[in-house]
Amino acid sequence: MLNEAELALIAREVKTRSGAVLTREMGGAIELRLMPLARREGFGSVHELIAAARIRADSALWNSITDYLAQSDTRFFRDGAAFRRLYTDLIPAALARRGHERIRIWSAACSTGQEAYSVAMQIEEMREAGLNPAAEIVATDFSERLIEKARAGLYTQFEVQRGLPIRKLIAHFEKAGDLWRIDDRMRAAISFSTHNLMKHPGVLGQFDIILLRHVLPSFDLDTRQAVMSRIADALAPQGVILLGEGETIPDCEGLTFSNGIAIRTAARAAA
Amino acid sequence: MRRCLVVDDSRVIRKVARRILEDMRFEIEEAADGLEALQACRRQMPDAILLDWTMPVMSGIDFLKQLRQEPGGDKPTVVFCTTENDVEKIAEALKAGADEYMMKPFDGDILQSKFAEAGLA
Repeated sequence: MLNEAELALIAREVKTRSGAVLTREMGGAIELRLMPLARREGFGSVHELIAAARIRADSALWNSITDYLAQSDTRFFRDGAAFRRLYTDLIPAALARRGHERIRIWSAACSTGQEAYSVAMQIEEMREAGLNPAAEIVATDFSERLIEKARAGLYTQFEVQRGLPIRKLIAHFEKAGDLWRIDDRMRAAISFSTHNLMKHPGVLGQFDIILLRHVLPSFDLDTRQAVMSRIADALAPQGVILLGEGETIPDCEGLTFSNGIAIRTAARAAA
Repeated sequence: MRRCLVVDDSRVIRKVARRILEDMRFEIEEAADGLEALQACRRQMPDAILLDWTMPVMSGIDFLKQLRQEPGGDKPTVVFCTTENDVEKIAEALKAGADEYMMKPFDGDILQSKFAEAGLA
């Protein structure tokens, strides 16, 4: 079992890199999640992994540790009501605001990609319904490991059964051995890249809809405020941030929070 | 209370499903094959049916085709629960009138998710 000093060190290094807050109560889970990394790096235990990370001059091991502790709990169409709202309200409203221009949607902290692919499937269904939506979907996560899995679009039988209606499974996926692969059109509809929410998202451009769901609770209040402020800079006028079920946001200049979404209601000072 | 008929020739699967579904506030009836299930439905149509594919006497797919011809047989929401995981089999089940489809092995989270997708949340 990891001792207090090791847990404190891991918590400090992870918070510096990803902003996530780890608590002492998570000690057992932290050790379990780091075991595969310890094995991959040739160490006999997580203790050895931490000891090596402490003395290595570069921060490669700490980056890997942060990566392996990245939040990866996600599912297709998580919080069904949020996706119904996207389909019937938020995406059509963004399309109407943009006229004939393409709208931009950002799945921030996308983990293994289920959220972004859920949006892509919705856009495809709108297209099949004759709405001809022009949309660009960008999906990011700070973890290169998770982004690689997302980009591959390969999911286990367990993963495709969590939240994904069977008709969508057979419409958009094919069997690949024991796994299920989402079709090339869905994969081509999304630009996956790494991005750390601790950094300003300026390079990603501005978005009409940002999905920032089940991310903020892993941060402390100061980090939540800083993340919201940076995210707000990436929001187009009248754009919306969709939060996770039951989540609220700290006060943020230019944003009004109501009923699970934050709406950009005013211009923000230059970042 | 809503009623769910659990149809599977495995007593263990029926027991596992029963525990999860009772937690979801379903009253459970069990059948070990399609014919038993059909007889149970003729006595009283359930609100939901959790249905295995491969069973002795009458398979799940044959039961479902028959059920949908019965008076009131269009009412129950049917969720397949099977090891069959080929796209062709899934399409066949949907064509026969299944509302959702769950591939074994499953856990409580998946069963709840599938029932929610079938409108049984």
